[in-house]
Amino acid sequence: MKITAVTLCSILAAVGCASGGAHAATTPAPAAAAQTPAASAPKSAGAESLSVDRPQYPSTYRRHSNPPVVIKNATIMTAAGQEIANGSILFKDGRIVAVGASVTAPADAIVVDGTGKFVTPGIIDVHSHLGVYAAPATDAESDGNEATRPVTAEVWAEHSFWPQDPQIPLAIAGGVTTIEALPGSANLIGGRSAILKLIPARTVQEMKFPGARYGMKMACGENPKRVYGQRGGPSTRMGNMAGYRGAYIAAEEYRRRWDKWLQNRQGDPPARDLRNESLAEVLRGNIYVQNHCYRADEMAQMLDLGREFGFKIRAFHHAVEAYKIADLLAQAGTAAAVWADWWGFKEEAMDGIEENAALLQQAGATVEMHSDSPSGIQRLNQEAAKAMYAGIRAGIPITRNQALRWITANPAWTLGLDSVIGTLEPGKMADVVLWSGDPFSVYSKAVQVYNDGWLVYDRNDPAHQPRTDFELGQEPAPGSDR
Amino acid sequence: MIAFLLAQTIAITGGTVYPVSGPKIEHATVLIRDGKIAAVGASVTIPADAVKIDATGKWVTPGLIDGTGQVGLTEISAVPADNESFERGDTIAASFNVAEGINPASNLIPVTRIAGVTTTLASPGGNLVSGQAVLIDLDGATIEAMLIKSPVGMVVDLSENAKDTGGGSRAGVAARLRRAFDDALEYERRRADYDKGQMEQLSARAADLKALLPVLHGQEPVIAYANRRSDIQTALRIAKEYHLRMILAGAAEGWEVAGEIAAANVPVLVEPMDNIPSYDALGIRYENAALLAKAGVKIALMETDSHNSRNLRQQAGNAVAYGLTWDQALRAVTLSPAEMFGVADRYGSLDQGKVADVVVWSGDPFELSTGVEHVFIRGHEVPLTSRQTELLERYRHLPPKY
Repeated sequence: MKITAVTLCSILAAVGCASGGAHAATTPAPAAAAQTPAASAPKSAGAESLSVDRPQYPSTYRRHSNPPVVIKNATIMTAAGQEIANGSILFKDGRIVAVGASVTAPADAIVVDGTGKFVTPGIIDVHSHLGVYAAPATDAESDGNEATRPVTAEVWAEHSFWPQDPQIPLAIAGGVTTIEALPGSANLIGGRSAILKLIPARTVQEMKFPGARYGMKMACGENPKRVYGQRGGPSTRMGNMAGYRGAYIAAEEYRRRWDKWLQNRQGDPPARDLRNESLAEVLRGNIYVQNHCYRADEMAQMLDLGREFGFKIRAFHHAVEAYKIADLLAQAGTAAAVWADWWGFKEEAMDGIEENAALLQQAGATVEMHSDSPSGIQRLNQEAAKAMYAGIRAGIPITRNQALRWITANPAWTLGLDSVIGTLEPGKMADVVLWSGDPFSVYSKAVQVYNDGWLVYDRNDPAHQPRTDFELGQEPAPGSDR
Repeated sequence: MIAFLLAQTIAITGGTVYPVSGPKIEHATVLIRDGKIAAVGASVTIPADAVKIDATGKWVTPGLIDGTGQVGLTEISAVPADNESFERGDTIAASFNVAEGINPASNLIPVTRIAGVTTTLASPGGNLVSGQAVLIDLDGATIEAMLIKSPVGMVVDLSENAKDTGGGSRAGVAARLRRAFDDALEYERRRADYDKGQMEQLSARAADLKALLPVLHGQEPVIAYANRRSDIQTALRIAKEYHLRMILAGAAEGWEVAGEIAAANVPVLVEPMDNIPSYDALGIRYENAALLAKAGVKIALMETDSHNSRNLRQQAGNAVAYGLTWDQALRAVTLSPAEMFGVADRYGSLDQGKVADVVVWSGDPFELSTGVEHVFIRGHEVPLTSRQTELLERYRHLPPKY
């Protein structure tokens, strides 16, 4: 069985085998090149095999079996260019089957009347601390920053993630179906992120998005130098840069040593080092760098850092000054994940403007909204709307489709999952949200949320309003929004 | 002399006017003269010298009032040098009035007002008695020019945040507050003894005890932050014991005791978009504003992120999405806060004689698609520019021209 898992893992080529073997075949997975030890492990690996050859905390995600669903007479916003009035969408076995003015539904399909309602892809948040900074926000639940030294590439956010975080159902009720749960920004290199299906689950493994690549959280600017300024450094931005470079220089050597050994597996393997193992995967392009970075000039420095070590930064998060270098980001192929209007909470956030996203879109950069907030994640549709309308009011022509992509297709790309989720197209995973009205209206709410075809939330049916263990026994019982 | 020079008559014509004090009026005129509203209605005679603003197809409302915040008291949250709302080292900071910490040149002021929020509370924070909040218009070169009323209320924190001030327990917080109130009354009763040093040590400085007296005489409301149901009830209990005029703030679990709050005739400042559970308020929920209003509680809305006080209207829109009526929501960001803060004779509605804080919107002020077209503060149209609009223009086309 283990051999099967390893083999499938190498086919899927997921870094660290985020996908478990058994169900991976039934779930679309993104393509990725793999150079991991696990992927190149000999098929005869037996009891003597190395820890690195064994599955690394694999996903045990399984799609819930559900009858087919057809939503009729709704406005279907596909995020793939079309907005279909009085349209229908059919999904079955976790996949979108058909989208159009009318679709032929099988006899056993559940029919949902979407009259007056809107349908969008499930919302994706590339920057969340759900589960790692769980509610209630006590020290006991504060598991997001391994703030003990400035480079902790060896930690994995999933090992902090608490599936009973009562903030999870709130985010689900906001239409969110996939998140990237990240370590915090205390550290220069904070550790691996977890890409998760936002579903009720007992273990984080059950939530891990099959086949998803890991992200590597990095942080620029004020936070690392504030945290370590009096604790041995870095205490300056130049110290930050030296810190990243030192870490990747060590990882280069580690990668060389391992890649050489993996060619013929002769002699003792090199010593395993978790920090360098993760950073080597960044160097191989198998883990995406997700970089907390506010200031334009610092983002330009980080792009150069990527060039020095031969990796691409996938996205700058909290990129409040991205609009100042929208052209450079478009050129580099690095996305900007932004807020609609957060600014001023610290010096490096002083220059936030509401037209940031629109200016990035105009320049041809990949842009998306992110939350970094258990509150904001519940209203990413409103964040996209605010940013879209701010652009339009400033004379920057943003389309509804573009704005919808800011919370669906573009974050899917940032996670390397754009072939799997992010639009309503046949073959894509059935992550579908039914809204009470135009999702860009302040008055609209998610009515139904389907995750891989599973109805995980229904505003009008308490049987589909999951509550975490934490919430049980509360008196009086909270409202339907809980 | 200055008032004379600035005297101006402005007629905002053709819009749908929401006076708040009465039903909306279609195709109406709002006439502004000398900083005041001179007339509102569908058949207002427009003086020949009036500057006309065509608001056909637009919505006209009073300027929005944010029921909390530090606009003017903060510039960059993380920079201590830029924050003026907290007096360190004084648990009972009753004599701390924030007014002289206000920076009329703050960048937050234009950012906020061009989004239709013309008036905000400038509120102290921290401690048990945080100090005195004041109400300001977001225009004016001096503190005096901005101030509407000072003080507006005494801010008291009965939430989890204040526990340290009571030795680590909720009961300790309540006891500490009662001791301060008792000592203030004792100080007043035995002022001569106090001055002669013939009294035992009181639990706060004389200046702070003195500052509590208007509160204890019902002349100044207490703005009490409390979230847990039992803390709200403690606040109501203390209000009853000392015959206080009270405004509750936060009140996350207020919906659980809405009837009691209504019966006590205590209004509430609510932040509708706040629903993250904590041990201070496990029962927090989006419907709080609506359920309080339904029980007959007067509510006003807050946006606690001062840099985004402009999102007050999004707070209102979300409150409507979760059950508040649209009319209640508009009142909760205009006339109701004006009433709570004791300035409804001058602010909060479009009525003859009131201060001309007026906003012309492209549509429903709570809708995300709506933009602000004109903002008048005290009868002056403010330019729709801020540091942020300048950044936009600088970087609209890259590379920028420095």
